[in-house]
Amino acid sequence: MKKVLEGSQAVAEAVRLAKVQVISAYPITPQTHIVELLSDYVTTGKMNAKYLRVESEHSCMAALIGAQSAGVRTFTATCSQGLALMHELLHWASGARLPIVMGEVNRALAPGWNIWSDQTDSLAQRDTGWMQIYCEDSQEVLDSTIMAYRLAERVNLPAMVVLDAFFLSHTYEPVDVPEQEEVDRFLPPYNPVFILDPKHPYSLSPLVTPNAYLEMRHDIALAMEDALAIFDEVEGEFARILGRRYGMVEEIDCDDADIVFVTSGTVTSTARLALEELRARGEKVGALKIKLFRPFPVEAVRRVLGKARKVIVVDRNFSFGASGIFAQEVRAALCNSPGHPPVFGYIAGLGGRDITTQMLSNIYFEVKKSEAPRRESVWVGLQEVNRAT
Amino acid sequence: MQLEAMDRELMCSGHVGCPGCGATIAMRFMLKALGEKTVMVLPACCWSVIAGPFPQSSLKIPVIHTAFETGGATASGVRAALDMRGDEETTVVTWAGDGGTFDIGFQALSGAVERNENFIYICYDNEAYMNTGIQRSSSTPYGAWTTTTSGSDWKKLRKKNIVEALVAHRIPYAATANIAYPEDLVRKVKKAKEVKGSRFLHIYASCPTGWRIPSEMSIKIARMAVQTNIFPLYEVENGVNYTINVKPREYLVREYFKLQGRFRHLSEEDLDQIQAMVNEDWELLLRKAGEHA
Repeated sequence: MKKVLEGSQAVAEAVRLAKVQVISAYPITPQTHIVELLSDYVTTGKMNAKYLRVESEHSCMAALIGAQSAGVRTFTATCSQGLALMHELLHWASGARLPIVMGEVNRALAPGWNIWSDQTDSLAQRDTGWMQIYCEDSQEVLDSTIMAYRLAERVNLPAMVVLDAFFLSHTYEPVDVPEQEEVDRFLPPYNPVFILDPKHPYSLSPLVTPNAYLEMRHDIALAMEDALAIFDEVEGEFARILGRRYGMVEEIDCDDADIVFVTSGTVTSTARLALEELRARGEKVGALKIKLFRPFPVEAVRRVLGKARKVIVVDRNFSFGASGIFAQEVRAALCNSPGHPPVFGYIAGLGGRDITTQMLSNIYFEVKKSEAPRRESVWVGLQEVNRAT
Repeated sequence: MQLEAMDRELMCSGHVGCPGCGATIAMRFMLKALGEKTVMVLPACCWSVIAGPFPQSSLKIPVIHTAFETGGATASGVRAALDMRGDEETTVVTWAGDGGTFDIGFQALSGAVERNENFIYICYDNEAYMNTGIQRSSSTPYGAWTTTTSGSDWKKLRKKNIVEALVAHRIPYAATANIAYPEDLVRKVKKAKEVKGSRFLHIYASCPTGWRIPSEMSIKIARMAVQTNIFPLYEVENGVNYTINVKPREYLVREYFKLQGRFRHLSEEDLDQIQAMVNEDWELLLRKAGEHA
């Protein structure tokens, strides 16, 4: 059924449809409507679940680790500071092979206090063993959240579904909300092998000596590789029942493109518009939307970008002392392909500043006339600042 | 001893505790009282190691090892999931050391008991970070040497009163127990098991390695802690009703202190001062229990 929903509401609807049994949340910095809606669903009986109103994001993830280990499907949502506080337990969740799913709203990290869109919070968690799925619109948010459960439970790894603050979380769009029966056909009940059960007393996550630790880590690496293949399978199944699929990457006008933008999240929509304008002027330009960031779709990125003459990565995030994080990943994916195109890294829109079609167009023409990047990262739209001496 | 529970063994030989370890004795009696229908949450502590490395375990109940500061929170999640699965019978127990309870896990514990989560939180207290190398915690008593309060810098601050902190949350049941008083310990665990909501037990568990005592002194020292009123045995229901279980007053504190290497540096004046502090705490407890010395 078509409804007009915020991105946040789309997440909550997906969690309801996924029949999550334990939800835990903390209202940090600030929260979004996701957890408010879920609280309402649980209180009014729209969901049969326990809702733990914990005293911190750290405890939130710890509670989910306990709940998932006892054999139920779980969910939380967070952003920026809250995600940073969870960091230790993000590692714990993946190490314990728990398919916890999280809605992660990309907000800037403090200081200065800034609640607007910025991807550095989630990208700083890239080495925690969580799958990361970036979304462009609210329909994709809803569908990806449901699919995240199927994918996570297939490979026994946690997953975060990532959406831009405000541009997605607080923006209303028409969303097709599936029927419960359709979701039930797609997503079977959670049925893990090892759980906390007095009838079968396992010890979970105990002391592990150097004799076994390496192999356990290798198993996580293999599960991430499996997830790449299973992602397509899961999307195929979803498409068969609900008629929609997204791909771990999406090629937009890439076939004959000399220059290809790489984007993620809502910037992709801006790029679609910029492409329309540039194509109308005869420019051979395309865009590659990266939806799946962990595991990183190296082959797909290589295949698409290998054909381009130049690559532009627009990052709404930054790794200090290095560069934009998507740019790093793209460079790493390309570096072993002979004759690969140069990668032009642009940093834009940090802390919620708008990224406009005009901005992308200007970047395009600058790259078109450059043989090689003038710097590793070019910051877009910097204003004059009066600095204290 | 006429206790049926005493026949049950849910802790196996082959654990890797030190000789004379009070924490292993505490675990053994606690499990006898709690029985098989138990899920244990084990945040980082000595017992994370004592239980044995993968793929072995010295505990015959399901255990989830978890991060240091998460004892209260992880248990909240386990309880919620068991309830969702329709299992309201299994007891969820968190088994944590003093560092994981008094210090790094205090927030999660406070949060869990404020929500009156339906579980038992047990702190076995060996009065320092023993597993990591005898560093001071907020449970380390006044006067003690540790590797981070060494030489003339021995701890000159009081031990945090954890039971009173929990009592201030008005939880249904809070009590102290001691490995030298196993009948009392077993009774309290059984009593806690029957109560709904958040329950807290503070168990004195001597540590020969960290306290610099011979392993065969473990129980004697533990008993003296009660008999000197350093570690009174009492219980508190609903945050208000105090019952003092043992009123011994058989030893002066200096006799307890003189037996332990960790207190060797203390002067007679220091011991007098500590005696005054112990007396003061005892008077306070008597007043709370509506009794007067």
